[in-house]
Amino acid sequence: MSRIAIRPTSHLLEIYLQQWRGRLVLGLMLSGFLVLAGRAVYLQGLHHDFLQRKGDALASRVVELPAHRGMIADRNGEPLAISTPVESLWANPSSVDTSAGQLKQLASVLQMPVSELQAKLADKDREFVYLKRRLPPDQAEAVAKLGIDGMSLQREYRRYYPAGEVAAHLLGFTSVDDNGQEGMELAYQNWLAGVPGSRRVLKDRKGNVFEDVEGILSPKPGHDLTLSIDMRLQYLAYRELNAAVQENKAKAGAIVVLDAKTGEILALANVPSFNPNNREGVKPWQMRNHAVTDEYEPGSTMKPFTIAAAMDTGKYRPDTLIDTENGSFQIGPKRIHDAHPHGMLTVSQVIQKSSNVGASKIALSMAPEYMWTALHNAGFGTVPQVGFPGAASGSLRPYQHWRPIEQATMSYGNGISVSLLQLARAYTIFTNHGVLKPVTMLKQTGPGDPGVRVFSAKSADALIPMLESVISPEGTAPQAALDGYRVAGKTGTAHKPDRGGYSADRYIASFIGFAPASNPRLIIAVMIDEPSAGQYYGGTVSAPVFRKVMQSALRQLDVAPDKPITHQPVPTTVVGEDEST
Amino acid sequence: MSRGHLFLLLLVVLSALGVVTSQHRARKAFVALEQAQARQRQLEVEWGQLQLEQSTWAMHARVEKIATAQLQMQLPDAAHTRVVFTGKSVEAQP
Repeated sequence: MSRIAIRPTSHLLEIYLQQWRGRLVLGLMLSGFLVLAGRAVYLQGLHHDFLQRKGDALASRVVELPAHRGMIADRNGEPLAISTPVESLWANPSSVDTSAGQLKQLASVLQMPVSELQAKLADKDREFVYLKRRLPPDQAEAVAKLGIDGMSLQREYRRYYPAGEVAAHLLGFTSVDDNGQEGMELAYQNWLAGVPGSRRVLKDRKGNVFEDVEGILSPKPGHDLTLSIDMRLQYLAYRELNAAVQENKAKAGAIVVLDAKTGEILALANVPSFNPNNREGVKPWQMRNHAVTDEYEPGSTMKPFTIAAAMDTGKYRPDTLIDTENGSFQIGPKRIHDAHPHGMLTVSQVIQKSSNVGASKIALSMAPEYMWTALHNAGFGTVPQVGFPGAASGSLRPYQHWRPIEQATMSYGNGISVSLLQLARAYTIFTNHGVLKPVTMLKQTGPGDPGVRVFSAKSADALIPMLESVISPEGTAPQAALDGYRVAGKTGTAHKPDRGGYSADRYIASFIGFAPASNPRLIIAVMIDEPSAGQYYGGTVSAPVFRKVMQSALRQLDVAPDKPITHQPVPTTVVGEDEST
Repeated sequence: MSRGHLFLLLLVVLSALGVVTSQHRARKAFVALEQAQARQRQLEVEWGQLQLEQSTWAMHARVEKIATAQLQMQLPDAAHTRVVFTGKSVEAQP
């Protein structure tokens, strides 16, 4: 049987396959491959970009790399402004589904009434509503634990100012998106601000990054800023100034503490102040940096510059006699007066007794151009280069238009305006043997700017004993005397300008001085605007602030006394207010 | 196909497997790096918060209040102070 079956001669097996059938199968198979190849070409070649995008959309992500804003620190590294991430809680009301119990829990965590939460979630058409912004980390963690559907936390940066209102004007503050708005934050915005970067990564299904594809932009974190401020002195200055402004029922006050040798600003405070950590309801007048942006007529604190300029001409010596005409002196149509009339005074006594007549007579003996040049070189009428936004230049009018009465009043600080910072800067002339030092807000590491010579060393040094005599019981500011340190300084009491003239009962009381007089370390300038509790002289209102701040500051800086300390008998118990705190 | 060809094929397969494993290891290493960086950022944040906390606790006003009110401390005034010069004082003597 089997032999038969394989016999090719069987007619049943002699079927002739028609040729077209074989070709058809072959053709079908070939065309099948062609379709596949065509599809491959279509996907790989023509449609490649689209598909690549789709593929990337599944796994590839661009990640934002946040950059920190730099920290601001004081000269000892104590932080004054730090950015730290906080969480904001937002919800999608259309998908929020909470039980009453959950809502109650949430309300207690957020410390807000349940009704307020319900009101925020009531509008079901909205898809995004902030429930509470900028939660502290512990609250954010508690919220995350509740795990309510439809609510998420969003990371934001918030800037904190540990010093609060003590350094508010100095540092300024930032806006919601962390850009500087005022003070140092604005002045050094480019230095402090970080540039956020981004990069492309591949993420798996769970959201973990598993491959770094490319860095698009590397983030540049902001730089830290070290200020010249000494926080201990800053606090001290603010506290004493604030106390004095309250006590004298004054409108405002400002204080500047300078390093007498380098011109660094060690403290700069203003009252009224505000809390930079919570600026809700803060009024613009609270944010005014009086010490830097306000110009005022300095009054008698200008006199030392008139005297030093006059001594540089060689016509005056400290013991040259001036007739102060019993406190009244006619210049053209106007008459100027002294608060306390005197007769013949030496140049030293003109400073000690703060005689306007004496200063005027000395000023009128100088050529206007010469006097203008001296005041201009001392920095009046030019903006101090400290980078503070809105720093005032003050005004020093061109000498070509001076009338004699103007030249005379300018000698005792009327008809000229300055900022407190400018005035404090000008006093570096007397602490540096005639050389004006530029003021700075940044900590100096090297030898610093050599400064500009304004007066001869002889004239500038001759002023120090004169300014010391102001602090004596015969001078105008015995209240500024310190225990253990010799003090040199000058009072200023100026009527405030008012509608073309001067107000009769509104004053600016100022005091500026330095210590220890034998080798000055600190310059402190105090200005109190409109004291209205009875006292209004610089010697009685501002000098006590100077004394308290200077006394504590010198002790904190370990400055050696240059005067014997008066040892009073030690009482067994000390009660009452502590003078030196 | 000679022996030479087979050998080369083996090499190709081995190197292909090598590519796969090294890619896998690169990704694992990258994940570890990623975690380390995340931890670094988190520690930086924590450091900032701790600095903030420290300076809040050490605020001059607070320290002063506790010292005077709770601990009944006070600053000695000049009359109760003796200044001692060691001779090594950095301050220039008048």
